[in-house]
Amino acid sequence: MTSGQTKNLIFKIVAGMAAASVLAIVAAMAATLYVQSRPALTRFGFVNFLTSTSWNYGQEVFGAARPLFGTFASALLALIVAVPAALGIAVFLTEICPSKLRGVIAAALELLAAIPSIIYGMWGLFILAPALEKFVQPLVGETLGRLPLIGSFFQTKLAGGVNLFTASMILAIMIVPFISGIAREAMAQVPPMLKESSYALGATRWETVRRVVVPYVKTALAGGIVMAMGRALGETMAVAYVIGNRHAPLESIFSPYVTITSVMANEFNEAGGLQLSALFSLAFFLFAANFLALTLAKRLLGGKKWTI
Amino acid sequence: MEDLLEVKNLSFFYGADQALKDVTLPIRKNSITSLIGPSGCGKTTLLRCFNRMHDLYPKNRYAGEILMAGRNILSDGVDVLKLRNAMGMVFQKPTPFPMSVFDNVAYGLRLKSVRNMSALREKVEKALRQAAVWDEVKDRLHRNAAGLSGGQQQRLVIARTLAVEPKVILFDESTSALDPISAKKIEELMAELKKEVTIVAVTHNMQQAARISDYTALMYLGSLVEFDETGVIFTKPKHKMTEDYVTGRFG
Ligand SMILES: Nc1ncnc2c1ncn2[C@@H]1O[C@H](COP(=O)(O)OP(=O)(O)OP(=O)(O)O)[C@@H](O)[C@H]1O
Ligand SMILES: [Mg+2]
Repeated sequence: MTSGQTKNLIFKIVAGMAAASVLAIVAAMAATLYVQSRPALTRFGFVNFLTSTSWNYGQEVFGAARPLFGTFASALLALIVAVPAALGIAVFLTEICPSKLRGVIAAALELLAAIPSIIYGMWGLFILAPALEKFVQPLVGETLGRLPLIGSFFQTKLAGGVNLFTASMILAIMIVPFISGIAREAMAQVPPMLKESSYALGATRWETVRRVVVPYVKTALAGGIVMAMGRALGETMAVAYVIGNRHAPLESIFSPYVTITSVMANEFNEAGGLQLSALFSLAFFLFAANFLALTLAKRLLGGKKWTI
Repeated sequence: MEDLLEVKNLSFFYGADQALKDVTLPIRKNSITSLIGPSGCGKTTLLRCFNRMHDLYPKNRYAGEILMAGRNILSDGVDVLKLRNAMGMVFQKPTPFPMSVFDNVAYGLRLKSVRNMSALREKVEKALRQAAVWDEVKDRLHRNAAGLSGGQQQRLVIARTLAVEPKVILFDESTSALDPISAKKIEELMAELKKEVTIVAVTHNMQQAARISDYTALMYLGSLVEFDETGVIFTKPKHKMTEDYVTGRFG
């Protein structure tokens, strides 16, 4: 063997080991979560644990329904707000904005994405929560709150603004840069000739964006949204600060509530026994949900079929 | 023959760079006019003045006039969206939109608020027939247009353009990315279409220009060198440069 071949071989082995260790760590984590969550899952039964809303320290009865629901509800609500906003930003930046301003806004978005989540949490608690309670709650309460049947779900609750809605808004702010980044990247891939073909038929800018650009990027966009959803599901510190972590029925989106991450962040230190195992079970579900979201997103993002 | 368009002392600027210099030429109704000339001479630039595609980008500027029915289409008061509707454009590569064959052809109609499904169907079929692609796509109208061959896609794009009943169709090297058989089909199509529309076609293919066009304009460095009937340009041009260019001795 020449020295070149030897080096090559060594390089291959080292690289292979590095790659294998990543897989090993993932497997080890999954295994830990599984083993640690066994006691709670066997004690309460898988289905029962998933569907039970109890979280009783005294009697040691735990169920995942509320944290699971809180996690998905807050992520969904965040997406409902963040997706249109992010799309609007992406369209504005790629199609409308003069190039000087574009750089400034893009830099601001990157900065937003780089802020540690605990800072979002603090800002959310001290600024956003009271502001939402003061200005947005009354607005929503007077409009959606008046609706029949679902109205009670939007009724105002004054508790310092610490609630599911505030958590969702913080999440929305956190994922907007992410979604708009992916949308921008995808929109930049749209061949200029394709857009010009639309203009050449007498389309306006808005018609071109809506009917050609958005359909062209929709798979990539879906991938970005699922990925953002994964982030929102797992976001911890920001949510833990502003959701209130209260195990109680969700009367309104303005009620304090729980998510998987808020429960874990708040209770892990003092938990033992079944409660600890229940927390591990929650972690296990979160792990699975994130894994699924990531796989789906990879599929969507990887499967982009540009026609030109 | 009657002039549909009259380019008069047209200059064009990309910011500070002048790409067209005082171009004057007529575009005759129901004829095919070829624009020829070496790469970078301004053929595409001239073509994109007719539908004011240049308006999409900042800092572009026209000077001079393009008259249509006595009116300067480059003036500020012109409704550019309406103008583009009357000036179809077909690009070098096929540009099907990411949607079904049917929706592609219906695109321009829907922009004009044609919503009635039977009217849409009728017009879509007519356009596809006119573009000589109906037989090949009639069984796959509702499948994505990306699945068609390059030649079919280009004829689909022509159908999409025809559907809004333009007065003029601008072709920018629209056969150069296609195989010879598909290119020939499009050529034949153009010859057929001139009964109903006026065609301006940029091409690098001298045989093609000689075969299909009624008039030919040779450009060089942003200026018009010579404009005449195609027969004259190819057999007894007035300028030495034209002769050199069409016989391939140029450069
Ligand atoms: N967007 C632009 N900005 C600045 N200059 C441009 C732009 N587009 C074209 N030009 C310049 O204008 C001149 C004419 O270009 P044009 O594309 O019209 O040439 P063409 O005759 O179509 O060439 P080809 O045969 O290669 O397509 C060239 O010098 C080109 O570099
Ligand atoms: Mg060109």
